[in-house]
Parts: sequence; C-alpha cells; structure tokens
Amino acid sequence: MRDVYIIGTGQTPIGELWGHSLKDLAVEATVKALYGTDKQAVDCLVVGNMCSGILASQESLGAFVADYAGLGPVEAVKVESACSSGGAAFREGYLRVASGTAERVLVVAVEKMSDLLPDSVSSSLALAADGDYENLHGTTFAALNALIMRRYMHENGYKCEDFAGFAINAHRNAVSNENAQFRRPVTSKDYANATIVASPINLLDSSSISDGAGAVLLSADPKDSGSARKVRVVGSAAATDTIAVATRKDPLWLSAAEISARRAFSQAGLEPGDIDLFELHDAFSIMATLSLEAAGFAPRGRGVRLAMEGEIVPNGKVPIATRGGLKARGHPVGATGVLQVLDAVAQLRGQAGGSQVPDARTAMTQNIGGSGASIYTHILVAED
Amino acid sequence: MELPRYHRLQGALYRLEGSRCNACGTLHFPARAVCPGCGGTEHLPHRFKGAGTLWSFSELYQLQRGHPKDIPHLVGIIQLDEGPRVLAQITDAEPEELSIGMRLEMVTRLIRSLGEDGLRIYGYKFRPVMEKNG
Ligand SMILES: [Zn+2]
Repeated sequence: MRDVYIIGTGQTPIGELWGHSLKDLAVEATVKALYGTDKQAVDCLVVGNMCSGILASQESLGAFVADYAGLGPVEAVKVESACSSGGAAFREGYLRVASGTAERVLVVAVEKMSDLLPDSVSSSLALAADGDYENLHGTTFAALNALIMRRYMHENGYKCEDFAGFAINAHRNAVSNENAQFRRPVTSKDYANATIVASPINLLDSSSISDGAGAVLLSADPKDSGSARKVRVVGSAAATDTIAVATRKDPLWLSAAEISARRAFSQAGLEPGDIDLFELHDAFSIMATLSLEAAGFAPRGRGVRLAMEGEIVPNGKVPIATRGGLKARGHPVGATGVLQVLDAVAQLRGQAGGSQVPDARTAMTQNIGGSGASIYTHILVAED
Repeated sequence: MELPRYHRLQGALYRLEGSRCNACGTLHFPARAVCPGCGGTEHLPHRFKGAGTLWSFSELYQLQRGHPKDIPHLVGIIQLDEGPRVLAQITDAEPEELSIGMRLEMVTRLIRSLGEDGLRIYGYKFRPVMEKNG
C-alpha cells in the first residue's frame, strides 16, 4: 500500500442554509478543495451521503456531483453508510489511492436536511436503524441513544449533569470556528435547563439538523500539497456491529469502535497515548462517552469522567470536538465523516484559532453510523 | 402502502415469534436465517413467552410521523427470560412507575397508524406485571 496525503480541502458553512441546495453545497466544497488543481488530474470522485433520495429528492449523486462540479467524465460513485457515510467515502478514496488504482481522488460528503420538517427528517434518519424491530416501534435515534444512556447511568452510577461537559466543551470550541452552526458558549445551567428530547437525553446532548458539505483531495504525491503542511493518512479501518441495539451482545460497548480503532492504531504503529486530538462522533453525549471507552482513551464506565474532569478541552489530556464537534459545528449526517477530517487537518496545520490544540501532530477521527452498527476510524499525522 | 411488509411480520408482531438454531439451540429474536454464534443455517420458529425484565426505557417527546401525539410515548428494551432482548413500546404505565429490573409481560396493542392510507399496525407491547392481591 502507498502513502496517501490530503492535498486539498474545502467546506461550506454548516447550518440551516435555506438558500442553498444539495447541489450548491457539494459544488462549493468541491471547487474549494480543487482550488489550484487541474480538474483533469482527478481520477475518481467519491460522494459520501446518507439520505439524499428522501431529504433532497436526488439520487445518483456520483454522476450528479461530477456533472455540476465540472468533473465529467470522471468515474464517480456515491457511498452510503448511514451517519458514517462521510467516513466510508473517505476510506473508499483512501483505499483507491493507497492501492495504486488512482493517483488523485476527490472525496466530497454532503447532506441537505433542512428542506423537510423536523419530524420528517427524524423519520428519514430512523431508516438507518432496524426497520422492522426498531423503526416500526417509533424509536428515533435520540430514543435509541436514550435507552443506552439510561442503562449506562444505571450500571455506572452517573447522573444527567455528569454529561454536561461534552456540550460545554463543544460549544466553546465552536466559537472561533467561522463555519460552525452554533457559535455561542453554553453553561452547566443551560444544560440543566435544556428541553428533554427523549429522557434522559436533552437538546444539548444532541446534534441538530444541519446542511453542509466537506471535500478533500487525496493524492499519493506529497508535493501536491504545495506550501501547506503535509498531512498523511496513517491509519484507516472500519467494522460493523448488530444493526439493532437490543440484539447487541453488549449494548454499552461499541465493539465496532474498538475493532476499527485497534486496526487503525496497529496500521499506524501508534496507541491512544500518541493521539493529540480525537474528533469523535458526539451526535449524542453518550456516543462520545462510549467512543472514548471503546477506542481506548478511558476504561469501561469511565468515559464520561474525562468530561467531568475537564480532560476533553483543547489543552486537556484527550481533546475532543475541538472545532465544535457534531453538537456545535453541526451534523449534516452524511457529510460529518469528512468534516471531522477537515477539523483534524485544521488542527494539524495550526489553523484552529481559538481552539487550537497545542503542538498537534497526530489526530484521530471516528465516524459512527446508526447506533454503533458501522464505525470508521482514521488517523492523520502532520509531516514536515 | 406497505401492506405486504406487515403481512410478512405477523408472526413476530402478534406472537413474538423468533427462531431456534438447530445446531446450537440458541434462541433468537428477531428470527434469523444464520446463527451469529455458530453459523448454523437451520432454524425452527420459536414462540417466546413474552415475560421478562425492563433493561432500559425512555419517554419520547419528539415522535416520528404516524404515531399518535396525545399519549406519553414510552419505549423500552426488555430482557426476555428466555435470553434475547427486544425493543418495544411500553404501555399501561406512567413514566414514573418504570424502573430498570421490573417485571414486564407482552400484550398486543396498536403500534402505529401510518400515512394517509390509514393502515393500522398492531403488535407486541410490554406492560408492568400486575401485582396479585391476596
Ligand atoms: Zn447456532
């Protein structure tokens, strides 16, 4: 396998962007990532997206984005893996370059969610759960996470307010991110007063409805990076778990996170202690907790303690959601995996402004599909 | 219109029917064609008794389309006595009456009414086991 470098990056602002279509978002991110690059040099376009057919009335996104981004007749395909569609698309692009079947691959991940009313969006996203044995019974993803969170609190003796640190950190880090959806800090009082969505989960435990797109250009040639600091992908792995929470051997343990993290660490020759920042999948506070545990940053039942003890902030032991995470930067579901990579690249290039992690050299991203059914882990390093 | 889909689910929805692996004897809900434990591909239907304990629960304030909005919407994961866990709506209970570990039993109720065609879906829900007096 060859080394793979991230040589171009681009993204749109994240938010409820009434004036922008799925097409506008994908094209904007693509054009930015390709800036200064000859379009003819792109061998393949991989589009990450979860739900465009229902949310934006458009399928066939490979050809659709290639056409409107002016990349035709490039080979192009859409990759879907629920909320981890972006991570799956990034891995697809990585594998094509690493294997030598392509020199340069453009990965663009996009989701347009705000055209539909919230209950329709929620019903569309719920299609990623087990249709007959979860979705049919009316469970939204907030509900599935709530079932996990209540059991976690019961087994480990935590209270709701113990989770407040996740929202406080994410919102504080988003303040200096000009692309973030929610650029205002929140307090523990805000958290205590937040509306319950699905008990014990409240609004500040949850990511919201977002539109947005992110794109990266991958290449085997580090010289393509130009003057920007070189960022290499040193670990890429994925794993799956049962589609339904109830049938999982141990619903409080993200085994797909454990397996994919272990494989990515082993490929990179690194361990959790070497990671300077971790862009994890904080769609809900409990997912952040379980991700910290399964990926090896905290023992079982202790992930939430990192938040309680202030260790998840940019100068803490395990900085997470360093540019706002899914909660505050925003979570355009199928785009998130690539947005996590872009946040990591900004940190590794020292461009993260007010939430810069000091001397960041090694970053990990973890993108979760469904309630833990499909998990992608990537490790990036800065090279001089 | 998804009528055939719900027709296919009758066994599971009305009778809590799963499967038993012929090779290793493991009981599965929902029914499986391949046993995740031993890889066995021969299964017979197994009807679960519908008795178990509450593993976790949640009260939902934002519902999907097709669910009546005027009732408290409780969902739970139930640990069946026979082994598997099942996700279901909880009925005949107020949220404050629920606690992890309490005994529950299966009943058949209206799960949802879907869309403009008014298709009404019945199936399993779980309720607290009534305490016997005397
Ligand atoms: Zn078996």
